[in-house]
Amino acid sequence: MDTGSTAWIIVASAMVMLMTPGLAFFYGGLVRAKNVVSTIMYSFISVAVVSIVWVLWGYSLAFGDGNEFIGDLSFVGLSGIDINDGETIPDLLFVVFQMMFAVITPALITGAFVERFKFTTYLIFLVLWVTLVYAPICHWVWSGNGWLFDLGALDFAGGTVVHINAGIAAVAAAMLVGRRRNPGLEPHNAPYVVLGAALLWFGWFGFNAGSGLGADGLAANAFLVTNTAAATAALTWGLLSQFQTGRMGAVGVATGAVAGLVAITPAAGFVGVMGALGIGFGAGLICYFAVVLRNKTMLDDALDVFAVHGVGGIWGAIATGIFAIAAVGGTDGLLNGNAEQMGTQVIAVGATLVYSLVVSLVILKVLDVIPGLGLRISERDEDEGLDLVAHGERAYIRDGAD
Amino acid sequence: MLKVEAIIRPERIGQVTPALDAAGCTGYHYTNITGQGRQGGVEVFTGRGGQMVTRSAVPKTMITTVIPDNLLEAVIEAIINNARSPGEGAIGDGKIFVTTVNDVVRVRTGERGDIAM
Repeated sequence: MDTGSTAWIIVASAMVMLMTPGLAFFYGGLVRAKNVVSTIMYSFISVAVVSIVWVLWGYSLAFGDGNEFIGDLSFVGLSGIDINDGETIPDLLFVVFQMMFAVITPALITGAFVERFKFTTYLIFLVLWVTLVYAPICHWVWSGNGWLFDLGALDFAGGTVVHINAGIAAVAAAMLVGRRRNPGLEPHNAPYVVLGAALLWFGWFGFNAGSGLGADGLAANAFLVTNTAAATAALTWGLLSQFQTGRMGAVGVATGAVAGLVAITPAAGFVGVMGALGIGFGAGLICYFAVVLRNKTMLDDALDVFAVHGVGGIWGAIATGIFAIAAVGGTDGLLNGNAEQMGTQVIAVGATLVYSLVVSLVILKVLDVIPGLGLRISERDEDEGLDLVAHGERAYIRDGAD
Repeated sequence: MLKVEAIIRPERIGQVTPALDAAGCTGYHYTNITGQGRQGGVEVFTGRGGQMVTRSAVPKTMITTVIPDNLLEAVIEAIINNARSPGEGAIGDGKIFVTTVNDVVRVRTGERGDIAM
């Protein structure tokens, strides 16, 4: 075992953990003041629920040998993993690192249904979704037995497993929960959005630079391209906004940074810094217009999870096939003459989109029809705001009477 | 007894309140409000950006005071002189509303009318 790599992945895991509270603030700033506790709780509770699911059976379903499509129950309760097991890093550390990815993925989905989704149903949704959607796709892409892994699909840190997966599940959720009665116009707290984006950006260094599971040149490259893509996408978004509206909003620049981070995720271990500039520019441009277009549709994906994570993830997966260079990750992409890789990337994207959409729809539909559950709160509760109705708390106490 | 409610630019509150004191107005309160007049609201980004909407959310401050009838002109003068933009004034400088008040009660003593002000 390599102590340097072990030390780095321990830190990286903690950094990825911080992304979920970061996401909580990112989303929390975007909603109205009466729903900010609720929005933060959707993400924060995922740390609790999914951590437990992961150690009990989630890890086993994702990384147990099993077959091409799903793991097995050999690691239930992490039985059979000794503290000294592992090659460069301890197996238990890999469990922890992967746990944090499983935690943030369903939290990403919540942006689609904020301000109206029933919290108790959400707790059950978390358990089912991680078990039936996240674990299998994670197995396909990252387990040595997975069919997409065998096919040679490139996904360094989770473009398909995390972002496309969450992005398309967000579409399923927005469709089934329906439009908000009275969507707010403005984000209630732009500084929260920027704070959340900054925490995400910081944590993403653990997410991407940790995904090589080593403290080496590959990690350094991943760190560099991650930052480069985020910076390029943030600036691209900001300048587009400046040209189109005459102003550069902080929320827009923060969203641009996240779009760049999403897009570089699958590519971080396969592209160099020039590729990162291309990926970041494409992410800023494509996601900007995806958000503008989504606003013209009837789909109330409230915080644009699909436009940023879905579209950004698809762009990143395909861009990995374009910009990959063998000198970094051992595989060339389209620009270096390997057109075949593009096809593999498209298969991975398509399989993730279809599986996640279908199974997410089924899970949500079942939860909707079970008596006592249901996806949506009452109209009156929606008007009052979920902070009071579901959590008995107010984010901002402004009445001065206490 | 009259109630004077003046909507002014927030940055003018520091000039208007000493002028009210000087005019003999012994009590007032003010609160920050938002609204819209002839300037037609403000432009803000909606959602995650890329699109702007106009909202009637121009920040203003409203001062409220209740005064004896004979102070009215002095109070109005104090507000106008200190809340009007330099030169001929500008759209958005504000409005003053004057209404009659039926009664005033001092909570401490129960006194009513002019003496309670």
